[in-house]
Amino acid sequence: MAAVQETVEQVRRVGADQYKYGFVTDIESDLAPKGLSEEVIRFISAKKNEPEWMLEWRLEAYRRWLTMTEPKWARVDYPAIDYQDLYYYAAPKSTAGPKSLDEVDPELLRTYEKLGIPLHEREILAGVERPEGEERPRVAVDAVFDSVSVATTFKEELKKAGVIFCPISEALREHPDLVRKYLGTVVPTSDNFFATLNSAVFSDGSFVYIPPGVRCPMELSTYFRINEKNTGQFERTLIIADRGSYVSYLEGCTAPKRDENQLHAAVVELVALDDAEIKYSTVQNWYPGDENGKGGIYNFVTKRGDCRGANSKISWTQVETGSAITWKYPSCVLRGENSRGEFYSIAISNGRQQVDSGTKMIHLGKGTTSRIISKGISAGHSSNAYRGLVSAHRKAEGARNFTNCDSLLIGDACSAHTIPYIEAKNPSCVFEHEATTSKISEDVLFYCMQRGLSQEDATALVVNGFVRDVLQQLPMEFAVEAQKLISVSLEGSVG
Amino acid sequence: MTALLEIRNLKAEIAGKQILNGYDLTVKAGEVHAIMGPNGSGKSTLSYVLSGRPGYTITEGQALLAGADLSQMSVDERAAAGLFLAFQYPLEVPGVATMTFLRAAVNAQRKKRGEEEMSSPDLIKSVKEIAKILDMDMEMLRRPVNVGFSGGEKKRAETLQMMLLQPKLCILDETDSGLDIDALKVVSNGVNQLRSKDRGIVVITHYQRLLDYITPDVVHVQSAGRIVRTGGKELALELEETGYASYQSEAA
Ligand SMILES: Nc1ncnc2c1ncn2[C@@H]1O[C@H](COP(=O)(O)OP(=O)(O)O)[C@@H](O)[C@H]1O
Ligand SMILES: [Mg+2]
Repeated sequence: MAAVQETVEQVRRVGADQYKYGFVTDIESDLAPKGLSEEVIRFISAKKNEPEWMLEWRLEAYRRWLTMTEPKWARVDYPAIDYQDLYYYAAPKSTAGPKSLDEVDPELLRTYEKLGIPLHEREILAGVERPEGEERPRVAVDAVFDSVSVATTFKEELKKAGVIFCPISEALREHPDLVRKYLGTVVPTSDNFFATLNSAVFSDGSFVYIPPGVRCPMELSTYFRINEKNTGQFERTLIIADRGSYVSYLEGCTAPKRDENQLHAAVVELVALDDAEIKYSTVQNWYPGDENGKGGIYNFVTKRGDCRGANSKISWTQVETGSAITWKYPSCVLRGENSRGEFYSIAISNGRQQVDSGTKMIHLGKGTTSRIISKGISAGHSSNAYRGLVSAHRKAEGARNFTNCDSLLIGDACSAHTIPYIEAKNPSCVFEHEATTSKISEDVLFYCMQRGLSQEDATALVVNGFVRDVLQQLPMEFAVEAQKLISVSLEGSVG
Repeated sequence: MTALLEIRNLKAEIAGKQILNGYDLTVKAGEVHAIMGPNGSGKSTLSYVLSGRPGYTITEGQALLAGADLSQMSVDERAAAGLFLAFQYPLEVPGVATMTFLRAAVNAQRKKRGEEEMSSPDLIKSVKEIAKILDMDMEMLRRPVNVGFSGGEKKRAETLQMMLLQPKLCILDETDSGLDIDALKVVSNGVNQLRSKDRGIVVITHYQRLLDYITPDVVHVQSAGRIVRTGGKELALELEETGYASYQSEAA
């Protein structure tokens, strides 16, 4: 008992103190008037010099949202959100529009430096170790600070390859037809309460277009930072991989420690045309709140990929360690014949965190396949639920899915739940489901400690072993970072 | 000179049941001791109490490692101080490559002792040398710790860890069980390489067989949670003849 008991104690101490990204950047902001109204939406749209159709699109979403109610089915519990008590737009004053790197406010550059995200074109993300002599892979970064993108790197070089990678607000001005053709086609404005809200007020996010036959020459990544108080972040990401193209994209996020909860309601849409592949990885590290559950981000996110073309492939990999409440189900609509969807997830909850996350694999086309590997780790007083849907349409002849959900419990005060839904309307499809729930083995911890590992290191090692299948799916550069993050979110004093 | 291991009138219990009943044992650096005894006499319990396994409580007496009171040290502190236990039933650590585990263990101990970390090339070199002595395939070390290893492979892997970590006090709990005669020779050869004037080795075994290859300086007979007889290596041969029957009745 003792080892587990101690682990529980240590894990309990983790929380606010362990969160390294909790600082606030002191910078003047342009804020929209508090609250939500048609005026605020017009304000946001005007700030971004949007075309008229975009404003109409937003207003329509807003009117619909007024008729909707917040979903209540998830295993999460939080006080009612006052949507009139939030700011829907906050932008650093110094950054009126996208600028070259030299013009970015040094205070912002320092902020990203501190976060391990250098905004220059020399290095990749910090904390990454490479074997000597091996060339460092480059990563293009779009940095979103509150409601606006403050810098995007490697734009010129990407342009040479025909790749468009820019803030979505810029794409709306520079490539309006492309945006209009795809925006809202994967997650319609009417999709769900939070997605509809996002459609009305979304501020910024990244836009990616990979032309036919192009393999994107580097990793693309967007780094989201919430800084301003009482501000929601509503970013919108749209990625289109045209026929036969490939892109690997990563998003990361952090926020300062604040006593109030902050709302993050993002929408991510992915479109893969014939033979295209999108690999989307997330390392989510929003502020989780303190050990008593005070503060932290409400992460209510809609992420969906549409395998629109034949033989297309979309894979979601996520490492979720932050947020007070997580409500997210990155999904794949497998429309194209023989298209493939994948979902690899590590969700760690600690303290008072609540996670309700999973995926949906919607098999519409013939011969579509999908694979789900989910690893949930609960510690402290947290609750961690996997919720997944695998469905096959009548026409999804020969569809196949393999699902594996494993949960690991650390201590006695946390809980894990697995809620799988399966709907097969075609008799030829084969869906396999495996699930396990286990407690971290005290004997294994003792064994590791007998070899000299501290309690914390032993716990981190066992957890890293537990999630190995999923870690291997991350781009190598980020796997190292993710591994460290896992240790930090579970350990008490190492660091 | 302080003994390497000094156990005085040690009493310990698990789940409220007293298993060690006044244990006395002194191991000096440079010595190899064998502890023999019937099943259930508390041999493994002794090894767990010394290494600090949760659930095992010392109720009386003392155990000192190089003069330091073990009961005041955490499990990992004991390990860093040089106490190594080769488990009777080694545990599996799924998803953690053996090599990763070895690196973590070596460097955790070094860090606690304020020493520099071992570099990856040095580590790999050492592991290769040891694996050769133990006739182990390096491929095995890429696999997760003990997962899917046969009984014999696990015992070799324990021995490899021990040889790599170079502990001051080695406790081998029935390392011979599950080994065929060839493996027994190989593992014994590895253990014999660890014999040194600075190191103590305690070999727990049920059978005399192992002691044909690892010649002990002292042999103890344990029964009902304490040592009931001590002698030279010939005591092991005597036990082979007579069995433990007399000791069991003595304990009853
Ligand atoms: N977890 C436990 N709870 C209660 N009794 C135990 C436990 N573990 C071991 N014992 C008892 O302790 C005694 C000694 O066991 P052990 O040390 O394994 O002996 P040996 O290694 O000599 O065979 C046995 O009677 C065994 O049943
Ligand atoms: Mg035993």
